[in-house]
Amino acid sequence: VIRRAVRFLDRRAGAAPLLRKALRYVFPDHWSFLLGEIALYSFLVLVATGIFLAMFFEPDLSKTTYHGEYGPLDGVQMSKAYRSVVDLSFRVKAGLLMRQTHHWAADVFIVAIVLHVWRVFFTGAFRKPRELVYYVGIVMLMLALLEGYLGYSLVDDLLSGMGLAIGYSVAMSLPFIGGNLALLLWGGPFPGPPSFEPRMYVAHVLLLPIAIGTLLVLHIALIVARHHTQFGGRTRTERRVVGLPAFPGYAPRSIGLAFAVASVLFLLGGLVQINPIWLWGPYEVSQATNGAQPDWYLGWLIGGLRLMPGFDVTIGSYTLIPNAFWGGALFPMLVFGFLFAWPTLERRVTRDDRFHNLLDRPRDNPWRTAVGSAFLTWVAAVFFAGSADRVYSSFGVPYGPQIWFWRVVVIVGPVAVFFVVRRFLTEVKREEAGPVPAAGADQL
Amino acid sequence: VKWLWAGLALLLGRGRRRPAPAVVERPRIVPRRPPARRGENWVLLLLVLATLAAGAFIAVYAIDRLPAQTQLLGLALGLALAFLSAAAVVTARWVAPVEEISEPYSEAEHPAEQEEILQLVEESGERLTRRRLLKLAAGGAGVTLGAALVVPVASLGPALHPDALRRSPWRRGIRLVDSKGRPLRLDDIEAKALYTAFPEHMSHDELGSPLVVVRVDPGLLDLPDGRNADDWAPDGVVAYSKICTHAGCAVSLYRAPLFEPTSPGPALVCPCHYSTFDPVTGGSVLFGPAGRPLPQLPLEVDPNGGLRARGGFSGPVGPSWWGVRRQ
Repeated sequence: VIRRAVRFLDRRAGAAPLLRKALRYVFPDHWSFLLGEIALYSFLVLVATGIFLAMFFEPDLSKTTYHGEYGPLDGVQMSKAYRSVVDLSFRVKAGLLMRQTHHWAADVFIVAIVLHVWRVFFTGAFRKPRELVYYVGIVMLMLALLEGYLGYSLVDDLLSGMGLAIGYSVAMSLPFIGGNLALLLWGGPFPGPPSFEPRMYVAHVLLLPIAIGTLLVLHIALIVARHHTQFGGRTRTERRVVGLPAFPGYAPRSIGLAFAVASVLFLLGGLVQINPIWLWGPYEVSQATNGAQPDWYLGWLIGGLRLMPGFDVTIGSYTLIPNAFWGGALFPMLVFGFLFAWPTLERRVTRDDRFHNLLDRPRDNPWRTAVGSAFLTWVAAVFFAGSADRVYSSFGVPYGPQIWFWRVVVIVGPVAVFFVVRRFLTEVKREEAGPVPAAGADQL
Repeated sequence: VKWLWAGLALLLGRGRRRPAPAVVERPRIVPRRPPARRGENWVLLLLVLATLAAGAFIAVYAIDRLPAQTQLLGLALGLALAFLSAAAVVTARWVAPVEEISEPYSEAEHPAEQEEILQLVEESGERLTRRRLLKLAAGGAGVTLGAALVVPVASLGPALHPDALRRSPWRRGIRLVDSKGRPLRLDDIEAKALYTAFPEHMSHDELGSPLVVVRVDPGLLDLPDGRNADDWAPDGVVAYSKICTHAGCAVSLYRAPLFEPTSPGPALVCPCHYSTFDPVTGGSVLFGPAGRPLPQLPLEVDPNGGLRARGGFSGPVGPSWWGVRRQ
């Protein structure tokens, strides 16, 4: 059977040479290389569960009165969009499983991407000749964040409405063009006409998934063109890549990981509740709830918005920069600006224009690791500041002093971490280099 | 020669008819390893378990009236996938032949091809004599066509009319009603409580409509210049836009002083980013990221004791944009 299939494919598509090569493609092995694969397999689960959900979701903001399985909402006015998600959860068999798995998969997808970016950053995998792979990856991270935000904004429950109000305000806050841009995106002043929902819907189920999928293919094609990086070793050099062949060595591993990721996501989706939208109720502009938190991957933005002291930049009666710009727009621009600029910056500063197929261990390059750690500290401090309200409601620590604490940490923390990490790693490196004969030993 | 060819054909024909074993063995690609009976057994077991769990998923789906159907479905599917994963991992570790291969990294670059591409482009363009002019013309056409294709984006919204952002239904004489449409009366407003009000007979779903109404101690009132207490705070009842000027959430928390001598003063708080506004001083910002006070609505009391707007808001409602302060 296999012989016949191979012959068929080769005669129709001339595929045998390519297939022969692909089966023996070399995969260097290290646990940290699996993070990107986890993201890939989460994406597949997202597409599969998302297709199921799209069969039941109604992207329609027109109002209706709820009479369904969930008693507490009986008789409540709500959009058809929100009702369709409540019905999907209570009425459609396996609907809640698919919805919760979809939501968990989105959270895991972005965790995996972020950890993958750390790995690539701290091991120097982004260096020449793999800058393009890295840039494509960062663009995918940005699209994934937007895709997640649109996903939970579609539902039109109270939390999604609050999130959209904040998104609208951030769009409004852009200097010179903000008000116009927000009117353009929303089709009018917030919450916009009913036609706003289909705009989000088409972006969430068509434009962004296709964009992410296309970039994913490009990402992998570029990796294949230059082969995978590897940690150095006896036979592992800048010139030769050493590892498992795709078949039979690597394929069962990767398939095992794919099933493991899907397994964890469906177990979470079945057993651990996430975003119980029927508890939040439908969105109304006049309502908001205390202690509201977005999905984890937007925590850094809510932190940025909360940390800024209250001021707008004005010139006379002209408002140059409304406050929401700092945390909601400038902060993410700086973060992604740094990520995009880093490969070029490092090449310029170190004047290192060589090809790199071997990875650094984080300690091999104390300077890069220190800069990366400082950057991470900066983003993490803002991220944790975003949960100050939960710390208040859980532990009773007053909110105001917490915010002042984080304002200080955001500035002092990165500087301190930079020097501590660089010093520590320099010492580690020196010790690793072997016991240096102490110059002064004889004289003592 | 003829005979020789015939003999060769005969020989080949015989060779083709002969069974395979006699063919010379090709060099192996994958190294030979001893049979992996134990690994094989485990894989078989795990595949059977995966089949059972997947079957359980179908059964749970088919049987209605099961308690906790979502949980059971998730458990069954999750276990089926977990068993498959384990089978694949056992295959990778103990069944698949272990080998390490290597190959050279691809060449850094291909200078010859690079040169050829340049040559190709150059030679193809040799017939052109006015290159700069052509570039200019092509650039002009490209940019203009690009702009023409982008222009319809303006249909998406009233981007060129940002005055839409100043919209608010509140006018003099409009009655304040609650979410069910019942009029709010001055006497209904109790101290230390927050009321949400809407303009009567108008949409509740635009940023310009919802109000927060609270009653503060008239003696504490310290409104900005130009707002006298009689027109803006009858009997200490003040009304502000409920939409935060920072990020558009509803200002739905009220910090009322429980013990006047030590508690901080009254404050309206937005739960999104904890912008905190002072209802006593005309909605000025006490804490948090808001860059602009809450717009206040002047109030009057009709002969029946009902609250009505005495005019429009003191400023634009909702999140700020570049034109927000222009009067």
